Amino acid sequence: MKDKVLMKGTDALAEAAIQAGCRCYFGYPITPQNELPEYMARRMAEVGGVFLQGESEIASINMVLGAAASGVRAMTSSSSPGISLKQEGISFLAAMELPALIVNIMRGGPGLGKIAPNQGDYYQATRGGGHGDYRTPVFAPASIQELYDITMYAFDVADIYRTPVMILGDGMMGQIVEPTICRKRQKIDLPPKDYILDGARKRPSRIIRSLILDTLEMEEHNWKLKRKYDLMRGKLPQHEEFMMADAKLIIVAYGTAARIAKGAVKRARREGLAVGLLRPITLWPFPTQAIQEIAKKVKHFLVFEMSTGQMIDDVLLALGGKAECEFYGRPGGVVPTPMEITRIVGRYWVQKEILG
Amino acid sequence: MKKVFTKPKCLKDIPFHYCPGCGHSIIHRLVAEVIDELKISDCVIGIPPAGCAVLAYNYFDIDMCEAPHGRGCAVATGFKRAQPDKIIFTYQGDGDMAAIGTAETLHAANRGERITAVFVNNAVYGMTGGQMAPTTMIEQKTTTSPFGRRSEVEGYPLLITDLIATLKGPAYVARHSLATPAKILATKKSIKKAFEVQIKGLGFSLVEVLSPCPTNWKLSAVDAYKFLESKMEKEFPIGVLKDVTKRK
Ligand SMILES: Cc1ncc(C[n+]2csc(CCOP(=O)(O)OP(=O)(O)O)c2C)c(N)n1
Repeated sequence: MKDKVLMKGTDALAEAAIQAGCRCYFGYPITPQNELPEYMARRMAEVGGVFLQGESEIASINMVLGAAASGVRAMTSSSSPGISLKQEGISFLAAMELPALIVNIMRGGPGLGKIAPNQGDYYQATRGGGHGDYRTPVFAPASIQELYDITMYAFDVADIYRTPVMILGDGMMGQIVEPTICRKRQKIDLPPKDYILDGARKRPSRIIRSLILDTLEMEEHNWKLKRKYDLMRGKLPQHEEFMMADAKLIIVAYGTAARIAKGAVKRARREGLAVGLLRPITLWPFPTQAIQEIAKKVKHFLVFEMSTGQMIDDVLLALGGKAECEFYGRPGGVVPTPMEITRIVGRYWVQKEILG
Repeated sequence: MKKVFTKPKCLKDIPFHYCPGCGHSIIHRLVAEVIDELKISDCVIGIPPAGCAVLAYNYFDIDMCEAPHGRGCAVATGFKRAQPDKIIFTYQGDGDMAAIGTAETLHAANRGERITAVFVNNAVYGMTGGQMAPTTMIEQKTTTSPFGRRSEVEGYPLLITDLIATLKGPAYVARHSLATPAKILATKKSIKKAFEVQIKGLGFSLVEVLSPCPTNWKLSAVDAYKFLESKMEKEFPIGVLKDVTKRK
């Protein structure tokens, strides 16, 4: 255990990025993620990487584009309003098939909202976010160790599929401190970066573009991206199951909400209710198949989100009417206690006459 | 027999799509000649804009990366920071550089980013059909200023190059015109200087080129060149605005 260190979420994410070989960070300050660029400002200097505070989120994501097209692992981070500004750039990254990591430490919204933890950006993250027919893999870690590990993995996913990847957290994930093992990078076989622009020396010149004026060629590009997304749908989904073996009611929650829900499951169990937790780790692609498997035997689901209800759409799509599904949400930056969720579970249990 | 006039090596053998009399073709050629003369075609990366020159990557036989409209200087910053040994240039229109991309342009200049911006000022939004640009002149008619630009309503033409010249980060800032062959030669000399300044690592360099758009100005090519000299050069005086190599 001696290689465990106490790490704050933002620092763990930044350090994992450095360990993963990220050498370009561009970002614009916004709470609650400022400790991440601040960490990067120090660390990049130590490892000979690039830290640059852009003049806006728009500038920052476009700097990421230039660095990614140079073949360097590059990232940016922000919080909700800033992520909205980055969407055009993310769409370009997807179109140009450039790898990059975008971190959204969500805050309450819409508008300027509030800096407290919130999960209101689920739709934006999982539905493409920007314009055009594209998807971005989205990871929602729920512990600092997982945040660390997923950050490293996210860079590999970005390189393997040549795609922007998003990590979706909230103020809570950014701020909490937990023992973390700072693993070193496991080298895996990655596809060669034969697309990068580094001067046409001893090879034909290359272009990176998203403008495709020929309709059929544009259509084919869309189908090509679709095939890639289908590949990801098959390979990437991840979820955690907690106390699900004998569960009659399953809570579905991600990120900070899942941490609260886990507490609620433990409490409910003490009261004799057979409750379990399914925690999606990837929000896109969504662990649809896992939910469908479980729905073969469990008939009651409760989706809990720190929003008015967004992920519930994906759960309902997965269930396809094969099980009952209720929703409980606390938007606006409210972080409910496990006890509150246990109460909701208890009420649901009685209403639906689930027999223990 | 010695050939005295050939196509620059770093231009592909593809006819330009530009309208007759458009300045983009000339400026492409000037940039290509400079790249050839400096022998940097194997270490240069170009960033074309969203604008009439969006397809520049089809003509230049060098590495090129499209940028979202206005973000050329930010994309160029990403390239340069990731690969400081490469020569990075943007090629941008006036809408791209001085309206939607004002922030990216000014801040890259102010950081003294070691990149070169070739800024083509044709006083209109060419690609989208001749709307008013930040550089449209007072009383100039465009499709979105049909009564002529009025200062009380649309404000004044923005001289972003002059603005940039006031900053400490830029090393070389100049404005030129394509109005006559002599001026075209001066433009080329200046573009070459701007690249040399980058190669020496002195800071941000920018060359604005006043360029005709006969189609959207609704003038013949000949009249467009007259307009360029009589009207545009009055509003946008040509000359070198800043050159750190000239300081003691
Ligand atoms: C975000 C965004 N807004 C608007 C456009 C549409 N658009 C493309 S080029 C352009 C302006 C072109 O004018 P300019 O930059 O002066 O270059 P020119 O075409 O005259 O060479 C506009 C508004 C776009 N591509 N992206």
